[in-house]
Amino acid sequence: MGAFDFLLQGLATAAEPMMLLYALIGVTLGTAVGVLPGIGPALTVALLLPVTYRLDAAGSLIMFAGIYYGGMYGGSTTSILLNTPGESASIITALEGNKMARKGRGGPALATAAIGSFIAGLIATLLLAFLAPWIVKVALVFGPREYFALMVLAFVTVSAAFGDSALRGLTSLFLGLALACVGIDQLTGQARLEFGVPVLLDGIEVTTMAVAMFAVGEALFIAGQRIHIDDELTAVKGSIWMSASDWARSWKPWLRGTFIGFPIGAMPAGGAEIGTFLSYATEKKLSKHPEEFGHGAIEGVAGPEAANNASAAGTLVPLLTLGLPTSATAAIMLAGFQQFGLQPGPLLFATNPTLVWGLIASLLIANFMLLVLNLPLIGLWVKLLTVPKPWLYAGILLFATLGTIGANPSTFELGMLLGFGVLGYGMRLFGYPIAPIVVGLILGPMAEQHLRRALSISQGDWGYLVQSPIAAVLLGIAALALIVPLILRARGKGEMLSQLAGDED
Amino acid sequence: MSVTRFDPPRRRDPAALIIAAGLAVVAGVMLWDSARLADLGGYSGVGPASVPRVVAFGLLGLSVWTAIEALRGDFPQRPRQAPAPVLWIVAGLSAQMMLLHVAGFSIATGILFAFTARAFGKTNLAMTIPLGIGFAFVVWTIFSQLLMLNLPAGPLEHLIFPGA
Repeated sequence: MGAFDFLLQGLATAAEPMMLLYALIGVTLGTAVGVLPGIGPALTVALLLPVTYRLDAAGSLIMFAGIYYGGMYGGSTTSILLNTPGESASIITALEGNKMARKGRGGPALATAAIGSFIAGLIATLLLAFLAPWIVKVALVFGPREYFALMVLAFVTVSAAFGDSALRGLTSLFLGLALACVGIDQLTGQARLEFGVPVLLDGIEVTTMAVAMFAVGEALFIAGQRIHIDDELTAVKGSIWMSASDWARSWKPWLRGTFIGFPIGAMPAGGAEIGTFLSYATEKKLSKHPEEFGHGAIEGVAGPEAANNASAAGTLVPLLTLGLPTSATAAIMLAGFQQFGLQPGPLLFATNPTLVWGLIASLLIANFMLLVLNLPLIGLWVKLLTVPKPWLYAGILLFATLGTIGANPSTFELGMLLGFGVLGYGMRLFGYPIAPIVVGLILGPMAEQHLRRALSISQGDWGYLVQSPIAAVLLGIAALALIVPLILRARGKGEMLSQLAGDED
Repeated sequence: MSVTRFDPPRRRDPAALIIAAGLAVVAGVMLWDSARLADLGGYSGVGPASVPRVVAFGLLGLSVWTAIEALRGDFPQRPRQAPAPVLWIVAGLSAQMMLLHVAGFSIATGILFAFTARAFGKTNLAMTIPLGIGFAFVVWTIFSQLLMLNLPAGPLEHLIFPGA
């Protein structure tokens, strides 16, 4: 069967009434949480993970897909109306979109963002569906050394390639790797770094750590700033519909944004931000109205928003086909799979095709639902933006602890939540990025297993790791991604890299 | 400092030096722990202790690098922070942690809710604590009765749902 047959089968799974209901709940919750200021997609997904604990695997993952796409949509509304991007990938949207809103063109800005997200999500999900079987075929010949090389590449791109300091990126990554060592060694069964605490034998829960880092750390940081003026909300005036000239100026940026964003998300290049920046630069260069850029150009919303969503779908390519999360959001999604004992990767396509294709198909359905849900209900979402900060953060912490308690109602687990929250606060204070520590924690054990398997095959010969062309090329790219930015920074060209930095996803 | 320096005012950063020391301590703990593992390297020569050791040496290297940047004053300026709100939230989380199994989810979480709101400027705890408990109870009902999550019940929950 080709990808098309599988996709049709998946649509049949995802179109069952219960599954549609799960998808609807997912997109609604995802949008509602994603729209709240200060909450990016990674935190949205982490906060809503406990809602899915007691569902069956298919229903839960479908709800999850809805939450993921919903969180992305919600984030763009926040950045257009509040000018406080909840996530780094929305910075550009905030730049042009908020200017449009101030000129009374908030409606068209929201519309072009929503429709652009829809088109990008549609094309990118279809690309995902048609690419996935090919990558799975390639991945079937991957051995432990290729996987190890892929993970090294993901480590480097997440931690050192972008951001304002390789030192702090790498420190964050190595702290994650150190935490990943806690627990029973998967190959010999020996307990490591558990200090006599039985709970630690299972290792450190990724969701506890992610929620602590993103929710608790962020709440502490914002509280410490003690600036309690609520951000100024720009009201949506006039028609929310786009005029004919808005359409004419939007459709090309949507398509360009999609084809810029998708490959960047699909490569282990760390985050959606880069795609949005590239798309913005492209639109600025190609626009017939370059003078409007910086003052509310609709192309500057349409292109980057499409790129943002396309690369979000792109990160699902390595996640589903290789089991490789390349962003914090994807790392939390991987944790969502693992709660059902599912390991994404080529094997999952073979052993549980209904589930995988149902998930991909439900992404398409979620995308349609979001378009319908977003434009007419925009007034409702805007109301959510006006929640005052005390209630907002009190609620965030309530749900953050709820997730931890729901997964494991123990005092020790809450203590870890608090401990990692304080660590996350300290890291924010000193300018350490958060994504590397999360990715290090979740990928660390896998990288170790693949490394040790590879070395078992070669009987301890390290040269084996670079003797396969694929592994050698991947490791070579990883080395370049580590060294080139170091040289650029040393020559004082680091500003561009720090602009590409991502906090969250 | 009385020493005349020709450099622009780049000062040592004691906080960053503490980070460097902390990283070194983590590395030391990992090395100590890995020393007591039986290294069953088998054919590969890489056993359970190997990766923790590599990570520990990586952390040591980063600790040295951090110390150098700290001495050269290369760390970015830190945003000003007020300690009181941060401590309120930490106190709220600690209170919830300690009360959870005694007082149940709603009361423990209600206190966290009120303390967090306190950190963001809602100072009237007599109003926010009951509000928080009420809200947490609604959440408890939805998640434990409808979504079947296992959330600890206390006196309040037993009062209204005797079966819980």
